Amino acid sequence: MDIYAGELPALIALAGGLNWTVGFLTTVAILGILVLGLNIQWGYTGTINFGVVAFFMVGAYTSAVLTLDPPREFESYVGGLELPVPVGWLGAMLAGAVLALAVGLPTLRLRDDFLAIATIGIATILRSIANTQEGLVNRARGLNGIPRPLQQQASDAGLDYDWVLLAIAALVLLAVYLVVHHATASPWGRVLRAIRENEETARSVGKPTANYRVQSFVLGGVVMALAGAIWAHRTGTVAPDAFDNFFTFLVWTMLIVGGSGNNRGAVLGALAVGLVWFGIPLVQEDLPDALGTRVFQVRQMLIGLMIVLFLLLRPQGLLPEEKTVSRHLRAGGRRQTRWPLFTRRRPGG
Amino acid sequence: MSTLLEVSGLVKRFGGHHAVDGATFAVAEGSITGLIGPNGAGKTTCFNCIAGSLSPDDGRISFAGEEITGLPPNAIFRRGLTRTFQIPQEFAAMSVLENLMLVPLGQAGENLWESWLRPRRVAVQEREIAERARATLALVELDGQAQQYAGNLSGGQRKLLELARALMSEPRLILVDEPSAGVNPTLTLRLLELIRSLCESRDITFLVIAHDMDLIARLCESLVVMTGGRVLTEGDPRSVLEDRRVQEAYLGSQYR
Repeated sequence: MDIYAGELPALIALAGGLNWTVGFLTTVAILGILVLGLNIQWGYTGTINFGVVAFFMVGAYTSAVLTLDPPREFESYVGGLELPVPVGWLGAMLAGAVLALAVGLPTLRLRDDFLAIATIGIATILRSIANTQEGLVNRARGLNGIPRPLQQQASDAGLDYDWVLLAIAALVLLAVYLVVHHATASPWGRVLRAIRENEETARSVGKPTANYRVQSFVLGGVVMALAGAIWAHRTGTVAPDAFDNFFTFLVWTMLIVGGSGNNRGAVLGALAVGLVWFGIPLVQEDLPDALGTRVFQVRQMLIGLMIVLFLLLRPQGLLPEEKTVSRHLRAGGRRQTRWPLFTRRRPGG
Repeated sequence: MSTLLEVSGLVKRFGGHHAVDGATFAVAEGSITGLIGPNGAGKTTCFNCIAGSLSPDDGRISFAGEEITGLPPNAIFRRGLTRTFQIPQEFAAMSVLENLMLVPLGQAGENLWESWLRPRRVAVQEREIAERARATLALVELDGQAQQYAGNLSGGQRKLLELARALMSEPRLILVDEPSAGVNPTLTLRLLELIRSLCESRDITFLVIAHDMDLIARLCESLVVMTGGRVLTEGDPRSVLEDRRVQEAYLGSQYR
């Protein structure tokens, strides 16, 4: 095969671009799961959770310590049980539920602004514990060598492992989407939206609203922890400094941009904001020096700008929520595609 | 007629202010009872205590022979006692239809597991409840607005929605707070007829707060008059409205 020297950079760029895209879409799929979790809490129920990263972190660490080998010399962490990866994920979901109950039971009765402060505080405390507690999760050194699902099988079959990871993440995203959609586009989701709209009246028509708030908080926490678990096995390593509070606001931006209260919007938001967040460093060299040298600060500012602009100009997000909550009432029965950006929909029933 | 609701010695304080100060009255089953009195007499606070939105500081409330004092609103609702609000409290970003569909108790789909594992059962129930909601909306002539956001209704339509929502639960007693405030005279007349026909055809008891004396005289079989947090007098509308003390409470003593 003859390759002219001149074609080489283009080929490398193409292969690099493809690799980047596969990795990027895997990341988007995992973040999409995370945003779906937040959407249950904020989009449907109106519960403010500024501690998203805590659930993500607890899921990542739990699955890691369940599946890792026992600690070697100079390492110290609990667990190391060498369990199969799916068991790690189930454990992560359980840990997410426990954390949601521990956080939710005392705080969900708080007023919204206090709940926001409480959740952000809990995230900070948990990261601090992970960073400093000897013998828990190897402190600031983090956990390494977390098993990667199906890696051996992929290499036996001669498959590119990045594609396998993308397939796994996409399948889990699809499954989570369906599970969440069936719960939220139902009378259960209708109670949540009623609580969001007017909790006092929801109580006056017989709904035990505190109970539903906890249910929604726990389901959201379980989904977020699952996202964290997949993340841990995708990167193979977790360390406390990855879980800063800015990450929580990145996830919030995704939900606001995509459309709170719309599950497809949540996933779309992960893609749209993800493109900005992960795409900006790619064009670093094309930016003027003043920006290019500060590209990581620039993208943080862009995230802030996106939140403000969307809240001002398109608060409903790219895909607004459906007027009719229950999917059993929507026109056209089960299947219906719609693009509210371009057409106005008449909800039927 | 037997007593459905019994309030005795009810006290509710806000700081040092006694909003309700030892109110005692009863509502007979199957009646339409009016609760009247000047502004600040404690009528709405009474409602809030009966429906469980506020927890009374003293006194007893019993409904259908069972004490309900201090129970949370959802527990009281489950016993068949529901209310409408003085200022309509709709779920603004939900359709009018789903505002009503939220109400019925025992919906399978309100349970997370059922909504996942038994979608067909949920779908069947949803159709039934939607049917009932549409029939109820037709009753208050809101069927044309079923698919609108409740937040887009007019003030008068929201009053109707309040009543329709109360009806969705098949209640035994409805507390109606000012059905005619902000509603045009034709609509008021319709509301009045509706309440009376519901009382007769569905055996629903009504306790109505109102300021419109004309409406009260035409609607109610008995009246409870409150002033200063206490019950001034009870009885049939004619004798109550002719009572000099009632006129004083409303108009002030200089008109004596």
